[in-house]
Formats: sequence, C-alpha cells, structure tokens
Amino acid sequence: MATITDPPQGAFRLSMLINDTRYRSLTFQAIALLALIVAFAYLGNNLMSNLRAAGLNIDWGFLGSAAGYDINQTLISYDSQDSNARAAVVGILNTLLVAFLACVTATIFGVIAGVLRLSNNWLVSKLMSWYVEIFRNIPVLIWIVIIFTIMIAVLPGPREFRGDDATASMVMNAFAFTNRGIYIPAPVWGPGSMVVVATFLASVIGVFAYRRYATKLLYDTGKLLPTFLPSLGIFFVPTILMFFIMGQPIGLDLPALKGFNFSGGIKVGGPLIALWFALSIYTGAFIAENVRAGIQAVSKGQTEAAAALGLRPGRVMKLVVLPQALRVIIPPLISQYLNITKNSSLAIAVGYADITATLGGVTLNQTGRAIECVLLLMLFYLTISLAISTVMNVYNNAVKLKER
Amino acid sequence: MSESQNNQTAFVRTETIPQSPPPFTATGPVKWMRENLFATPANALLSIVAAYLIYLILAATLPWILNGVWNTDSLAECREVLQGESGACFSVLSERWNQLLFGFKYPVEYYWRPALAFVLLGVAAAPVLFFDLPRKMLAFTVIYPFLAFWLIWGGTILAPILAFAGFVAGYVVYSRFVKNSFATGFFGGIVAAFVVWTIGGFLIPEGASDNAMLGAVPSRDLGGFMLNMMLGVTCVSLSVPLGIALALGRQSRMPLIKMICVVFIEFIRGVPLITLLFVASVMLAYFFPPESSVDLFLRVVIMITMFSAAYIAEVIRGGLAALPKGQYEAADSLGLDYAQAMRLIILPQALKISIPGIVNIAVGLFKDTTLVSVISMFDILGMIRGPILASTEWNGVYWELLGFAALLFFVTCYGISQYSQWLERRLATDHR
Repeated sequence: MATITDPPQGAFRLSMLINDTRYRSLTFQAIALLALIVAFAYLGNNLMSNLRAAGLNIDWGFLGSAAGYDINQTLISYDSQDSNARAAVVGILNTLLVAFLACVTATIFGVIAGVLRLSNNWLVSKLMSWYVEIFRNIPVLIWIVIIFTIMIAVLPGPREFRGDDATASMVMNAFAFTNRGIYIPAPVWGPGSMVVVATFLASVIGVFAYRRYATKLLYDTGKLLPTFLPSLGIFFVPTILMFFIMGQPIGLDLPALKGFNFSGGIKVGGPLIALWFALSIYTGAFIAENVRAGIQAVSKGQTEAAAALGLRPGRVMKLVVLPQALRVIIPPLISQYLNITKNSSLAIAVGYADITATLGGVTLNQTGRAIECVLLLMLFYLTISLAISTVMNVYNNAVKLKER
Repeated sequence: MSESQNNQTAFVRTETIPQSPPPFTATGPVKWMRENLFATPANALLSIVAAYLIYLILAATLPWILNGVWNTDSLAECREVLQGESGACFSVLSERWNQLLFGFKYPVEYYWRPALAFVLLGVAAAPVLFFDLPRKMLAFTVIYPFLAFWLIWGGTILAPILAFAGFVAGYVVYSRFVKNSFATGFFGGIVAAFVVWTIGGFLIPEGASDNAMLGAVPSRDLGGFMLNMMLGVTCVSLSVPLGIALALGRQSRMPLIKMICVVFIEFIRGVPLITLLFVASVMLAYFFPPESSVDLFLRVVIMITMFSAAYIAEVIRGGLAALPKGQYEAADSLGLDYAQAMRLIILPQALKISIPGIVNIAVGLFKDTTLVSVISMFDILGMIRGPILASTEWNGVYWELLGFAALLFFVTCYGISQYSQWLERRLATDHR
C-alpha cells in the first residue's frame, strides 16, 4: 500500500518569515505587537511629560473629597458636603432611572407605531410612517432641546397657580404641570401597608400560575378555560380587599401650593421629563421600524396555515405570528435599549444630573481631573453595554432555531 | 310537470342587457374610502381619531407659519406687528441666516468660499453616488478634498498641493510595487508619501499664509451648519477605509491582530459618543507631544472617525459573513493571495451587501455631529443655544430657530435615506 508522505521539509530559513505563508503571519503579528508597544509607549511618554509640565499626576483621591455642589434630582440622600464618589453614584442612579423609564415608554410607542404602520387604514399608516420618518431623521439632541423648551417656555410657572384669578390649575387636584417640573402625588406608607404590597405581589404570581394551569389543562384535556376575566379578577380583587381590610394604610401625599412653590408629592424635574420623553419618541421611531420588519418577516403562509387549522385571528397572532416575529424583533430591540442608555448621556445638554453631568461635568471641571473622570465614565458605560450584550447573547442562543 | 316541458314560457330575452355602471358606493373615491378608511367600525374610529389629530397639528402650526413675519429687527418688533395674533417670527432666520449656516466668526466676505465648496461637493460626490456618470469625473473627486480644504481654510495653496503631491507619490510607488506583493506596494507607498511631506514641509516658506490668494481662516472660526456638514462628510469618508481595515482585521486568522481589532471595536461601541468628545476636548491634548498644538476641530474629527469606523466595521463584518463560503474557496482555488482575493472577489460583494448599513451609520453620524455643541463648538445647535438665543433681540424665539435646524437635518437625512433605498433597488442583482 502506497502512502503519501509530506514533501521533505527543508530546514527553517530566515527568508521563510516573509515568503512562507506558514510563518508570515508570525512576522505580521510581531510587527503589529511592536507597533502597538511603540504607539503606547509614545502616547504614555507624552502623557507623562505633559502631566509633569502641568504639575499634575494621576490621583484618585478627589473621589473622597467633598463635592461642593448641589444636585436637584436625587434618588438617594445627597448634599453638597458629600463626596464626589457619592455624587457619581447619584449620577449613575439617575442615568439608570431615565434609561429604564425611556426603555419602557419607547417600547410602548414603538410597538404601537410599528403595528399601526401595517394597518389597513390608509390615514393611520401614513400618519405613523410620517412619525417614524420625522423622528428618525432629526437629531435626538434637537428633540431633547425642543421638548425641554416646551417644558420651560410653554408650561405655567408655579405663581400662575396662585390667587383667585389663577391662570393655571392643577389636573384633578393631584397633578401640577409647571415649568419647574411635574408634581405628582406621593404614596404614604402607613402601618400595615406591607401586607397590601405582599398581597399584590402574591396576586401577580397567582395570575401567572392560573395562566399556566389553563395552558396545561388545554394541552392535557383540550378543555379551554377563560383567561382574561379571571386574570383581571386575580390581579385586582385580593389587593383591593386587603387594602380595605387593613384600614386603607396607603395614602396619597398630594402636592399643594405653599408660598411661591409646590410642596408635597414627588417632583419630577423638567430636565428628566424632557430627556425621558425625547428619548422615548426618538427611539420609539426606530423600534417601530424593527417591529414592522419583524412582523413582515413572518411569511404570509404561516398566517394562512394557522387560519386553515381553524385558529381565530387573535390566536393566529398570539400563537403563530408573534413567537416568530419576536425572534426577529428582540435582538435589535435590545440594541436600541443600549442606544437609549448611551444617548441618556445627552442629559448634560439640559442639566439633568446623570453620570455624565456629575462625574464628567461638574466634578471634572471643579477638580480638573480630566483623565480620571473620563476613564471612570467610560468604564461605567462599558460595563453597562457589556452587560446588555451578554443578555442579548444568552437570549439569542435561547431562541436560535434548533436545526438539524 | 315542470313548466319547461310544455314550452309555455312567456318571454325569454334574446340579447344580453347592457352592463349597468357599478353602484356609486363601489367605485372611485367612495370605494377607496370604504376600503381604506372605514372598513370596520374600529377602523372608522381610528380614522376619525387620526383625522382629528392631523387637524389639531395643522390648526396649531398652519396659521403660525402663514402669519409669519419675515422682516423685523427683533422679537419685540415681531410682537408689535403680530399684535397678539398667532404667528411665527421668521425674521430671526432672515437676519441671522448667515450665523446659522456659517457660524458667527467666519468672515462675511469669505462666505462664497464654503458655499462654492458645498456646490463642488455635489460634483465630487456625484460619480461616487451614481455609477452611470462617466468615470472620468472621479478625477475631480480625487482633487476635491484638497480643493475644499483650501477653499474653507484658505491660506497658502502650497499646503494642499504638498498634501496632494504626497498622495500622488505614494500612489505611484504603490502601483509600481503592487505587482510584486501588496505589502511592499502598500508600505512603500506610505513611506514615499511621508518622505514627500517631510521634504515639502521644509520647502514651504515661513509665513506663506500671510499674503496668500485666499485669506486664512482658523478652524475655531468655523461654525453653524457648515461645521455639521464638514464633520459629517470628513468623518464618514475617513471612516469607511478604516472600517474596512477593522472588519478585515476582526476576521483575520492572526490572533493578535484579531484581538486588537475586537478590543478597539467593542470599546468604541460600548461608550457614548459624548464621552469620546470629552476625550477630544479635555484629554486628547495630553497624548500629543508637549510642543504640538492640535486644534479642537482635528481632535474632534479623530474621535468621531474612530467612533464611526467601529460601527462601519461591524456593518462590513456582517457583509463579509453573509458571503457564501464558496466565494472565499473559489478565490483560493484560483491561486489568488489574500490581498488579491479581498480586493477582486470578496470586498466588492461584501461592500455591496453592506451599503444600506453604511448609509444608516452615515445618517446617524451626521445627526450626532450636533453633539459637538456640548463641548462648546458652535455648530448649528450651538449657535442657536448660544449666541442667538442669548442676544437681546432674539431672546425667546425658540420654535423658528429649532424648527429651522430640524428642517435642515430632516431634508438632508431623509434625502440620504431615500438615496440608499434607491441604491438598494439598483444593486439588487438577484433574480426575483
């Protein structure tokens, strides 16, 4: 039996590093590594000599010293004597707050607009396609500024709520729309309110359990239980009952005019509203396109096949179209969430105290620690986006078509 | 007994009756409305709501626009003319259009220069955007960057000529050596260009800019929509080649190169553009040699180019991944080396697939150029929020100014996206 042997290998020669494809990649990588080291050494050297010339050094001590500035909207307690690090944490929480709120509302806007754009109704679909085109093609920063301008220039000031001839009035005596922000009622947690909250959480779990049971019953016996009304009942009735049994422990603290300003309730500042709303409608336009593409990606044969099986339109949507469309919609949706988080850094343009405005804005300017601040800022955003892309990869693997 | 058998049918029509026109409700606009607006009760309700919404929007904006005042000197005069009626004060546009378009420091007598550069941009971009035009027009596209630089910044004409000469030298050396190997040609070209620039740098006399044909304008005087356009066009055109290189690097089989590209791309994509602009404005200066002073415009261009290159690299990577493996194997079996295979077989197809994605990135980038107003560059938004709204005459004219900026961006971005859709249809060579 003849065997094929490799051609005899000559001894390694230096010219092989350039001419032999087996070794050439080593040469290239060595050159690249060298270039990288030289570049970093050059930049690092410049940095060092520049810092020395300016009398600076890399020092993280400023994080512990007093920040010395106020923040108008905080989720945790903070005053100007707290450290820069705590100001940064306030900023991080504010970033996460606006990003979370905007993700929720952008999804709602996007899904509504995306579905309506596919509507048979000519007027509605045209209206929605104009919404998408207008909002996608104008920079988000301009939208933020426009909505912030509406907030401060169009809404009435608190003083217009005063007196007998007030030009502005509160909505339902509970909501006040002023140019300083929107005042909403704050819940007051009395004794026993935790029982009500626990009941509410239990009933949410109950809804899911009931739906699961209904599906299982359907698969096992073919018996179809009504789901909508019972779910609604489980959701509301126990909580309301418990609320009255415990003697109405949760009250509302209504905002009221005291002197020249409102007090009580929760103040949602104008910058937060502007940023939240602008990010929502801007990103909503992009999400609408993703939703539309996702629904259109499900071939018509699927709908027709489901109809041929005798499913009603609602069920066709729920059992056949949506599961397939979601597979297409969710990955770009998550990257839109990522975009919202990154675009929330534009808060600095309207003075909302997110991480970019606290750490990258006031702290940077007051302490002059540009390099440290920008590095921390980048680290924060990198962590967030890496976390979100990890979630995306996990999801993608979970919904991947399991093919042979 | 049926009647047909005893032949007593009273009357049978012998000819067909003429066709009557369809009922009024089944033709023309009425039918269209029934089908598209009032198909079901829910649909009809939706139509009414939509129509009411459109009415609200138009009722608020139309009188405001039609009543607009175009020729007053301040907001107070506008209010006098309007006497409490709803109406726009467009005079701010007719008075400050130059600041909105060119910034407030660009010399008025030089306005024709950026305007001419903008017109020529159309000529230079045309052969790139529309393939049917004669290929010879590309020669102008090659010259255009240097010409535009000279027109906008002015100064001595020797600088752009020298830059051009460097590129020409590089290209000559490249085309001479590329037949031996791509790497020799490529690196040889770069070396030649640098040699020409270094030698030429000594040849340009000191103070050549002082009495040049076109007066020099420093970059800090650029502003307005011009700045947005310049940043957008420069950064997109610089980041496409960089993006291709990054995408190829990310696909490379050499672990080190791949790692460098992956880290770069993921890092840039993970941080918002505004932090990169902060780097440009407060941090990048530390990384240049102490005696050099790189101006803010150039620093911003560097950062935005890196930003968009990372995104374009991901789009192109998608295009490369979408190519069937057979294409790579066919190129290998023809005996092409890596550079040839990429240049002749892979990239033309991959880039074609990625064009819509690249255009999307370009539109996004152009919109993102407004972010430079945050680091106190006076682009159109910076002009509006800074000098114009702060002036005593126009303090309070929000809608006209912001609406104008929004309109400019809308027209540009919508135009680009329509072009991209046209191109997609045009390039669709698959048979359907």
